[in-house]
Amino acid sequence: MNFTKTIMTTASAALISGAAFAESHMSMEMTIVSWGGAYSNSQLRAYHEPYSAKTGVTILNDDSSSTAVAQLRAMNEANNITWDVVDVEAAPAMQLCDEGLAMEIDPDTMLAAAPDGTPASEDFGDMLVSECFIPQIVYSTTFGYRTDLVGDTPPDNVCAVFDTKTYPGKRSLFSVPINQMEWALLCDGVAKSEIYDVLATEDGQDRALAKLDTIKDDVIWVSSGSDTPQLLADGEVIMGATYNGRLFSLIEEQKQPVAMIWDGQVMDLDGWIIPAGLSPERQARALDYIMFATDTQRLADQAKYISYGPARASSAPLVGKHADLGIDMAPHMPTAPENLSRAFLMNYDFWADYRDDLDAKFQAWLAK
Amino acid sequence: MVSTPSDKILLSADGRPLKQSLSRSLRQQKIRALLLIAPLLIFIFVAFIMPIVSMLSRSVENDLVSQTLPQTVQALQSWDALSGELPSEPVYAAFALDIQNAAKAKVHTKVGLRLNYEKSGIASLFKKTARKAKKWDIQNDGPFKDKLIKVHKGWGEVEVWQTLKTHSPRYTSGYFLNAIDMRKTAEGADFQPEDKTILIKLFQRTLIMSLIITFSCILLGYPIAWLLANLPMRQANLLMILVLLPFWTSLLVRTSAWKVMLQQQGVINDILVQLSLVSDEARLIMINNEIGTIVAMTHILLPFMILPMYSVMQTIPPSYLRAAKSLGATNWTAFWRVYFPQSVPGIGAGSILVFILAIGYYITPEIVGGTKGVFISNRIAYHILKSLNWGLAAALGTILLVAVLVLYWTYDKIVGIDNVKLGG
Repeated sequence: MNFTKTIMTTASAALISGAAFAESHMSMEMTIVSWGGAYSNSQLRAYHEPYSAKTGVTILNDDSSSTAVAQLRAMNEANNITWDVVDVEAAPAMQLCDEGLAMEIDPDTMLAAAPDGTPASEDFGDMLVSECFIPQIVYSTTFGYRTDLVGDTPPDNVCAVFDTKTYPGKRSLFSVPINQMEWALLCDGVAKSEIYDVLATEDGQDRALAKLDTIKDDVIWVSSGSDTPQLLADGEVIMGATYNGRLFSLIEEQKQPVAMIWDGQVMDLDGWIIPAGLSPERQARALDYIMFATDTQRLADQAKYISYGPARASSAPLVGKHADLGIDMAPHMPTAPENLSRAFLMNYDFWADYRDDLDAKFQAWLAK
Repeated sequence: MVSTPSDKILLSADGRPLKQSLSRSLRQQKIRALLLIAPLLIFIFVAFIMPIVSMLSRSVENDLVSQTLPQTVQALQSWDALSGELPSEPVYAAFALDIQNAAKAKVHTKVGLRLNYEKSGIASLFKKTARKAKKWDIQNDGPFKDKLIKVHKGWGEVEVWQTLKTHSPRYTSGYFLNAIDMRKTAEGADFQPEDKTILIKLFQRTLIMSLIITFSCILLGYPIAWLLANLPMRQANLLMILVLLPFWTSLLVRTSAWKVMLQQQGVINDILVQLSLVSDEARLIMINNEIGTIVAMTHILLPFMILPMYSVMQTIPPSYLRAAKSLGATNWTAFWRVYFPQSVPGIGAGSILVFILAIGYYITPEIVGGTKGVFISNRIAYHILKSLNWGLAAALGTILLVAVLVLYWTYDKIVGIDNVKLGG
């Protein structure tokens, strides 16, 4: 009895000192950049709090993700990188990676394997769209509508947005070409698979704008994801586009008379990058955090707080009920089978090429 | 007694010539004064002037292309961009070497992005080419002309090479041309296609709306400032608090409050509908357009107009008005001929403050302006934060700065800047 106790104590002391040795080579403070609002809150509860409890690290939050690429570029020029882990969408992650502003990640050594031993590279699969990108969630941009303002036949199709006869009233769209141009072409009869080929031609661009012209006076153009939920809640618009998590919160948490159209939802990924050029201590800490925060259980945990789908295949079966509301979260994920079947995939390469050009055209068209 | 020249010079107590001693003490005073303001001076220089200069210099700098693709730029010198023919093999070989080095240093996408502002598609062209070029053996793998065209047909387009050559000089006028809806092409400066012109329109809109906002501030602010200056102390203080209270409230809160007031299901429309002044179907659209921006910004900038007006009006003795009236002037004449001219310096100061603040406003137009009420600064923000076209943003910022300076100069010529008073 005494003997085993001694051995246990020695072993645990060795373990602790080993851990302490590793700890001493990592910084004890880190700055994590994300989007703010309910999304940051879900990360706080699912990742930051357990990680701080486990390691004693102080986590500082910075809600600058919407301007992350510009800021990382500026930090890189000034040679003073103050961020440790940054939450960005897939397209900016690719850009940061290409410019050498983000660190390359080897999924199988730097990310946790699934509980059944499946290596991370397989578990994440197609979601690993860039060497620097550590996928976290799948989200989508889609439409919500006021159930009390759309008459007896609620819309079930994204093209209801363009149908002002059946659904008279204002609708809200983002004042950027991305997504808006695709929806316009889709509802002008272009097949999903051909949209980007059409949009690459001048005629196709004019066609998309012409389609948008038909509803231009009925649209409130918004610039942020929080605008549409507010406009819907106020009854300013009868339908509008925003991120599916925002709509979930409006419908389930705030109990507004709003429902979702999953048809034509544009799916996108969001995840982490680690800035290139961190000091070894900070990089070790960032990697340690990433290993923890993107394991199967943690990704599934985040779905308890917000309706975004975890990016790991092995997390999907673990998605349970909402932490506060107690409702089943699985059907509210953009990746739920019946929602997924009607989704539309964004073409990152297309937008990397055409964004500047189409944005100028789109803004000129808006100002007309 | 014959005076020697040295006697003519006045000496101070310590035996030095007075002139020298005086200038020395003056110099010491100047140095002391300079030392006293040195912290502020250094702060302004380091934190304000230097960043602005470095930002503005980006509007003409363009060394990215020549730095990343030095051999290609060199080789392109001898190629006639207007010949309509593709460059010859040496250019392609030089480019293959350059893009390989760029890919290794991970700077190829930055150049691709830079040139993509001028011609869509170059970003992916560079990306794809760099991926392939990493594996090439530059010494032995030639010729590269067919090889590059095989990687991407873009390398077989004269236009791509024209873009590359046109935008390769270390300093460029391209950003300034873009900022006024023109572009730099191989043939020289040219207008943007009509469906992409937006910036001139935004400049005009910014100027016109800032003027409207300034005038609305004068109209609304003048009576309030007059009341503040002429009411008994107790009431004036209360009124002053009412003027300052919104000033201490967050800008975002005030802007969002206007949203609640002005929107179609908002407070004002609800009242109008209840009073049957407008029908329920025809609710007024007062937000997400020019009206929203003008109303919200007038409200936000009003204190900047009232305060200088008030401090000037306070110095106008009320006896002047009484004197005018006792000499037979009507109320209007007494005000217009006696009081108003003396209050003009306050209007001038307030107008300059409000106008210059308005012309660079960003957050309020962004929130309540919709698409018809946004300013040029919203476009600058887009180019700084989203498209990362810092050169264009710097050019737009420079133009805005010059416009403000020109207006300030015109004001000085017409009204006279000495005629502006912030108080006293």
